[in-house]
Amino acid sequence: MILDISFIGILIGSIMASSVPLILAASGELITERSGVLNLGVEGMMIIGAISGFALMVITDNLFVAIIGSMLSGVIISLIFGFLTQSLLTNHVATGLALTIFGIGLSAMLGKNFVGIPGKDFPILFESLKESIPFFGPILFGHSIILYFAFVLPFLTSYFLKKTKLGLIVRAVGDSPTSASNQGINVILVRYCCILYGGSMCGLAGAYLSLIYTPQWIENMTAGRGWIALALVVFATWSPIKVLIGALIFGGITIMQLHMQAVGLRIPVQFLSALPYLMTIIVLVVISRDSRKIKLNTPTSLAKIFYKEK
Amino acid sequence: MYKNFLRYLTSVIFLLGFSASASAEFKVGFVYVGPTGDHGWTYQHHEGRNAVEAAGIKTTYVESVPEGADAERVIRQLAQSGHDLIFTTSFGYMDPTNKVAKEFPNVKFEHATGYKREHSNVSTYSARFYEGRTLLGHIAGKMTKTNTIGYIASFPIPEVIRGINAMTLAAQKVNPNIKTKIVWVFTWYDPGKEAEAAQALIDQGADIIMQHTDSTAPVQTAEKAGVWSFGQASDMQRFAPKSILTSIIDDWAPYYVERAIAARDGTWGQQDTWHGLNEGMVAMAPYNSAMGSDLVKEVEQLQKDLASGKAHSFTGPIYDQKGKLLVAEGKVADDGMLAGMSVYVKGVEGDIPK
Repeated sequence: MILDISFIGILIGSIMASSVPLILAASGELITERSGVLNLGVEGMMIIGAISGFALMVITDNLFVAIIGSMLSGVIISLIFGFLTQSLLTNHVATGLALTIFGIGLSAMLGKNFVGIPGKDFPILFESLKESIPFFGPILFGHSIILYFAFVLPFLTSYFLKKTKLGLIVRAVGDSPTSASNQGINVILVRYCCILYGGSMCGLAGAYLSLIYTPQWIENMTAGRGWIALALVVFATWSPIKVLIGALIFGGITIMQLHMQAVGLRIPVQFLSALPYLMTIIVLVVISRDSRKIKLNTPTSLAKIFYKEK
Repeated sequence: MYKNFLRYLTSVIFLLGFSASASAEFKVGFVYVGPTGDHGWTYQHHEGRNAVEAAGIKTTYVESVPEGADAERVIRQLAQSGHDLIFTTSFGYMDPTNKVAKEFPNVKFEHATGYKREHSNVSTYSARFYEGRTLLGHIAGKMTKTNTIGYIASFPIPEVIRGINAMTLAAQKVNPNIKTKIVWVFTWYDPGKEAEAAQALIDQGADIIMQHTDSTAPVQTAEKAGVWSFGQASDMQRFAPKSILTSIIDDWAPYYVERAIAARDGTWGQQDTWHGLNEGMVAMAPYNSAMGSDLVKEVEQLQKDLASGKAHSFTGPIYDQKGKLLVAEGKVADDGMLAGMSVYVKGVEGDIPK
């Protein structure tokens, strides 16, 4: 059964769907970190995005509003982080952790009235093609628009960082904020923008969970995916394409191990459960071995507080 | 790691709040493993707590307390802050509950689904969920077209294994060709992972999805895929109106009220409670009309027989996977055997994770 070609297509389709929140959150966090800011609040921003998206969907009955609203909520909550770390110069690590605790608590409070309400069907594109083409159908078609966006995003991110002037500015700010500042770049403004962008992507990642993947609101529904996204960014050595590969490996092995269990393979289940974490780290470490490239991608001023000398 | 740490941190901050307000008033504390909004296991315990409040007794609760060392600290805090009776509502709280009970002989403890009562102030209670599983198995055996039942399991503890066995035995009885495929997710509550497990089982040919985890994600996944499913712990019908055939409902409220009043009035004594369909601690949500009226009648009859004791979920002959006789023909499994169940019966595929 497992060797059936159309079955493998279905499998790849579900792997892609499960990687989406990781790709979105990690891509957003990557930009934030490349500008030299370490925001450990990914989990908190995701969960706020999840509840905002779901609540707006219930209230307005408009999925477009819900998606935009979830991104905005991510922006707003990351603005708190930005204000604290950039304007009040607080410690990035402590502030990020506080943001996660705050986000989880706030989302539970906001969500009290939205528990137990079933979600709405999210429109799926090219559904007929999914069924009619074996293998490629379930891979390429029958997904939500957010999934397609998530799979383009790492390439856009890579292009942005490598080929555009703005990308160069972000990297400059992350590598040497003092030099960038001396060049007349407003370091704080750039970092604010990167933080807010990261927040919006985390909000979207959360909304993907509450509106599309498991359409409902339940407390703590992100269940640690924000932390995995954070780890992906580091193990992918701040390269957007490797983030994509890492997210797919993680999602892939998570799904594969469930299938291996269902098939009844006699491999210890605990080992299978640990496999996604193990394999993702191993693969990312192996493909990122080139220390010259690591140096090139690592934002050297990461998590260091910058203040302009007067 | 981080998550547990954060949960612990929030629990402690929360608890510091009420340790300051310790007083002589009779108070009942609840420790939950998940959030009250899970719409499954913890939700039902919380409903029980609401009933205790409605009976005029003051209560407090701490939610999302991880099993293990953190639980011990939370339970101890509750005991220190003037709670007279503490319900610890998850299997993993077993050792912490007993440990704290030793330190606080005047506080009474009620531990759900465990079997250790090491001190006279610890009672245990559980529901015979397996009776509900027998009904689900019967329905599943009749409703499946692919003869494959997908089962999302949480942790390899007797309660979960008992459910798998009860379901499989009942399904085999009405359909000898059925196969039970099991996926262990090693969590009580992770909607994303539960949905992925359900999808994997469906992709592997299961047309019936059953869960021993707490979120509504599996039934929603089943609804999307157009296969049958069963709700767990509370009535999940509205999350998957077409797909859900019925739900097993845990009704803790009468027990909680009874025990809280007993503790307040000084009549509380140690006991081990194991109630089922008969006492109403296990109840069934309305059956889906898609089952057809004949099957509904059949199942309702079986439900009555299980409640009255005329039928039993574990009636011999029962063999384990290797073919060893567990329960002889004409006998039923005793409670001791049920409580410690740690092997699969014949017909279940795979191994129990050690």
